[in-house]
Amino acid sequence: MNVDTTYLIIKSLMVLTIFGITLLIATYLTYFERKVAAFLQDRLGPDRAGPFGILQPLADAGKMFFKEDFIPQNSAKSLFILGPGIAMFTALLTGSIIPWGPQITLFGETFDFQIADINVGILFIMGVVSIGVYGIMIGGWASNNKYSLFGAIRASSQMISYELAMGLSIIAIVMMSGSLSLKDIVAQQHGMNWNVFYQPLGFIIFLVSALAECNRAPFDLAECESELIGGYHTEYSSMKLGFFLFAEYINMFISCAIISSLYFGGYNYPFMDMITDPTVQGLIGTAVLFGKIFFFIFLFMWIRWTLPRFRYDQLMHLGWKMLIPLALANMLVTGAVILFNQ
Amino acid sequence: MKPLTNRAKQVVNKEMTFSEKIYLPAVLGGLKTTMSHFFKKQATVRYPEEVRPFSDVFRGKHVLKRDENGAERCTACGLCAVACPAEAITMVAAEREKGEEKLYREEKYAETYEINMLRCIFCGMCEEACPKEAIFLTTEITPANYDRSNFIYGKDKLVEDVNHRTDITTRQAHKNLAK
Repeated sequence: MNVDTTYLIIKSLMVLTIFGITLLIATYLTYFERKVAAFLQDRLGPDRAGPFGILQPLADAGKMFFKEDFIPQNSAKSLFILGPGIAMFTALLTGSIIPWGPQITLFGETFDFQIADINVGILFIMGVVSIGVYGIMIGGWASNNKYSLFGAIRASSQMISYELAMGLSIIAIVMMSGSLSLKDIVAQQHGMNWNVFYQPLGFIIFLVSALAECNRAPFDLAECESELIGGYHTEYSSMKLGFFLFAEYINMFISCAIISSLYFGGYNYPFMDMITDPTVQGLIGTAVLFGKIFFFIFLFMWIRWTLPRFRYDQLMHLGWKMLIPLALANMLVTGAVILFNQ
Repeated sequence: MKPLTNRAKQVVNKEMTFSEKIYLPAVLGGLKTTMSHFFKKQATVRYPEEVRPFSDVFRGKHVLKRDENGAERCTACGLCAVACPAEAITMVAAEREKGEEKLYREEKYAETYEINMLRCIFCGMCEEACPKEAIFLTTEITPANYDRSNFIYGKDKLVEDVNHRTDITTRQAHKNLAK
């Protein structure tokens, strides 16, 4: 077996592993969300399917599969099917460039625990995430339903507004690290040298934008049940609806991974140099990264079950008149500090 | 105008202060509130495993009692049917034959005794009207059914089992207290 074959096999395994882990985590996020919601509201949450209700997501998935797959008569059929597909595809795609752990040595070969180290990693994420809104837009538009269309329009305008603030807050990080590659950015935050200590404002802007990008409460205007009956996925049923909902949870997982990587040091943790064995160090790093991700997922849910939904004009006001100027100022200050330190 | 309660607040259209404008203090306050609920005791009663006890005076499904020898107490006097505001009770009286002394306590008994559970409002008037301590309301719930005809409970469902007596001491105590 030559080196290239080993490389290919390991990369393929990694793709499958991360694909599987992403799906598994997204599945259980639905359960987790319901449990967190219940506990925050003095309830128990799902506890019937299996011990503590841990089989609930499987039951939900089974239900989704057996539901009637309904396509409205006057909808654009191909686009109607394409919508959830795009949403799911783009959601899964972003996981490929997140460094899940430091380098590990297997079969005498050194591998990054990362599917692809693209030198424009962050730009890739921003690009894919903005394609993600096409799934919502196409799905909502193809449904031939006013509520869906409203949801789609809201989703797209919200994404565009908040992507700006998000991009601007990332620029400050890129200026500090001098690289667009996520691998480099994470590697530079070795130990406790996390970006959040240098970019607290940037972090808050990024967090708020990430909530908006994921269509999470308090920015879930694209699907607000009380106004739009479910927004862009009003007309969807069966596994197509499942794909939309699922894509949302994958997006949340990936966003939390990106927040952890950009601002909270990814797989880095304090006193990591005290562990001499690089494999052990790497494995602990991966565990630490997942710990951080789960903390942020919990934060997302916590925020969702705490805050009421923003009104549409408030959303736009917050995005354009507050976050973007703040992000610009943050960028300017970062630039000035870097310049004076040279 | 005089406010109804002293909780009324005057609405002011004032400018928001800086800390209000950036939302964050209020958001953190909200997060703190919800987190305090995270560790509170859940209000849920896990129903089939955990049953919240009924009140002593709960009025559920009826029971037709037997006396200490196992003979039916009901004499088909019809007072319960008269007392019933929903007209849910019907009965046909019959005379006790020789050799049936073990089955029926007095010379007259109810050949059929039916309560329409869809009409019954579980007011307990039948229980109060009964001079023979024969009918009582228990803490049992009348279960749901797919067919309306199954809601007419005859003697097969109402008369208590000789071997499995229904305990109605709490109801009796209540009744005696009222006297």
